[in-house]
Amino acid sequence: MVRKKPSPIDVYQLLPKTNCGQCGEQSCLAFATKVVSNEAQLEKCALLLAEEQERTRRRLEEMLRPAVREVIVGVGEHTVKIGGKLVMYRHEFTYTNPTAIAIDVTDDMSEEELLDRVKRVEDFHFEFIGHQLKLDMIAVRSTTDEPEKFKATTKKVVENTKLPIILCSLNPQVIKAGLAAAAELRPVLYAATEHNWKEMAELALQHHCPLAVSAPNNLKLLKSLVKTLLEYGIENLVLDPGTFLTEGLGDTLSNFTMLRRSAFETGDELFGFPLMGVPMIAWTQEKNVHEDVARWKEAYLAAMLIVRFADIIVMHNVNGWALLPLVTLRQNIYTDPRKPMTVQAGLKMFGNPNENSPVMFTTNFALTYYTVASDLESAKTEAYLIVVDTCGIAVDSSVAGRRLTAEKVASALK
Amino acid sequence: MKTKPANSIEVDFARPAKTYPVKIVEVKLGATKSEGGTRGKSIVVGGENAPAFTNSRTFAPHAPVIALDIFDMKVSLPRAVKMHVREVLEDPAAWAKLAVEKFEADLVTVHLVSADPLIKDTSPKEAVKTIEQVAQAVKVPLIVGGCGDPKKDMDVFEAIAETFVGERFLLSSITRDMDVERCARFIERFGHVALSFTPMNMNLARDLNRRLYEFLPREDIVMDLTTAALGYGLDYAFSNMERARLAALAGDAELAHPMCSGTTNAWAAREAWMEMSAEWEPRELRGPLWELTTALALLLTGVDLFMMMHPAAVKALKDVTQQLAHGLPGKADRIADWVCAKT
Repeated sequence: MVRKKPSPIDVYQLLPKTNCGQCGEQSCLAFATKVVSNEAQLEKCALLLAEEQERTRRRLEEMLRPAVREVIVGVGEHTVKIGGKLVMYRHEFTYTNPTAIAIDVTDDMSEEELLDRVKRVEDFHFEFIGHQLKLDMIAVRSTTDEPEKFKATTKKVVENTKLPIILCSLNPQVIKAGLAAAAELRPVLYAATEHNWKEMAELALQHHCPLAVSAPNNLKLLKSLVKTLLEYGIENLVLDPGTFLTEGLGDTLSNFTMLRRSAFETGDELFGFPLMGVPMIAWTQEKNVHEDVARWKEAYLAAMLIVRFADIIVMHNVNGWALLPLVTLRQNIYTDPRKPMTVQAGLKMFGNPNENSPVMFTTNFALTYYTVASDLESAKTEAYLIVVDTCGIAVDSSVAGRRLTAEKVASALK
Repeated sequence: MKTKPANSIEVDFARPAKTYPVKIVEVKLGATKSEGGTRGKSIVVGGENAPAFTNSRTFAPHAPVIALDIFDMKVSLPRAVKMHVREVLEDPAAWAKLAVEKFEADLVTVHLVSADPLIKDTSPKEAVKTIEQVAQAVKVPLIVGGCGDPKKDMDVFEAIAETFVGERFLLSSITRDMDVERCARFIERFGHVALSFTPMNMNLARDLNRRLYEFLPREDIVMDLTTAALGYGLDYAFSNMERARLAALAGDAELAHPMCSGTTNAWAAREAWMEMSAEWEPRELRGPLWELTTALALLLTGVDLFMMMHPAAVKALKDVTQQLAHGLPGKADRIADWVCAKT
């Protein structure tokens, strides 16, 4: 069964149709339109909250539930939401919840190295057309397989960052030790496999943690494990079908695509969970690989995974040159394709301009504006910049489309 | 309360194969002696019957190919690119040889920049001479790149088409502001291929293709839907190509042509070439990765032909496409230990 995004009419049919206006909209139909485009939440409808409306509310919730479930990692203000996808292709609507990027640390690192890496992840940021591009999570890996070491490392990590974490080991004893240091923090547990699923499931239930499921290049096994874990009572799963860099790269792309197609096109609820990719694999495939080569390969593998449906990825490098193209790509893929990126029109000042300072103008298309603004800032120019409302169209197109005309500029000047 | 299962539950999974009513047209680029040209080999692009990696872990029936850019005069290039071609900047034939022999280009794009009336306004005759030199230097199929002036490009393309009869050069590009009928007629008459270029708009792409169909067989048309740089509109380019390919396979035959991407446009992003503060350096790595990232995003929409510039980006894209073309299965034990791997 194809899982379709509901239309405003589908939602409207189940609303009270009283046009009471309590939700802030003029009519129930207007509210329905906002609800399906993710601009208003169902809870705003006071009438629906009434007890006798419960069945209707449930039906609406079911109708609006994303085909890919949303999983929340972390607690309080420091959570990362993954999945929650409403559509398979971004042009159909908008992708929600940008791919979370987790950087790894290991339990054999010196304290100094560990803290340095955590700090680099926290400090990473790049301002791009008004957005802060950042890294999202820390993946704590056990290379020693020693529970006490893993616990100590996890403790150090959570003492030094509020970023949500992934605890990585296939040994349930190690994960249990890690959880002792992060019991209330809702980390992702990586991972349940065909061998350890029961112990991992117990830990996930006990600590209310999302659980990753790993079945490298075996979708039948993956599906069976999901079925088993759902029956076991786990609700929040993250699926890892395996990331290959060389042989098997085609399997990776095709498996990720197949999982998403199953969730959207055949309505397979067992595959309607966030997907996890591991570009870090680039560091493990050859002995003595040059670091820049590993960074390069890891980055391009990550790029393909971001495009092809990964909701969370684990990486090793924290180098700006390798991460900048990636976080930019993620920003691009996750922008709303329905509207141009705009900034607020009006007068902006750079430095402390006076009556002798130049007055310039540009469009309110975000790319144009931020390019101009960053040039003015880096040149330390004292200037006025008038941002003309061109409906978010760039300079050349808005001139051609009569959205940036002498009249428009004159009225903006006034 | 449910009872927890004691054993794992086995369920069935079969990969649902999805069939599409329309197949992308196969277009042959270049012609060998037996095919009426002088190229060492010809290259076929297109022919897909499903979106990339939807039904298969490999490309079917042809893997994407890469053309390297060369220019007929000295142009300003990003430093990261220039360092690899410094010796050949003023010698298109030597540049083409370098592109093919060292950087393993499948095709070469000769950009006839000097023909621009606002640059050197060199004559169509000189353009023919440049192409002659390149065609003698390398045996790969050629892409002839115009200067961007629609009127001048028609004259240049026509002169080249007529001189190199039957070579199946890809003429880059035929645009809506040209005399489409005139272009289509000389392309058809002299045995070449049209690159139908439109500015990121599916309706305009359909419209231009329809105008070409009046005079040209569908097998002589490749389309370029415009590539914008990563960070500077790649989102639009990506979705436009993804939509076009999905629409084509679902039945929109006017879009069922192989797709070409001018991936070199990635260098229009300042973050690709600009010197930035230390944490983002070296730009010699950041730049080619910018181009490669742009290419890979578009590879996944189904692009068949990439026009690129930086040798490292080309090499990596080749590695990826060859790996994918071999279609070898992933073995679980190769990646099973990433969790505990020491790096």
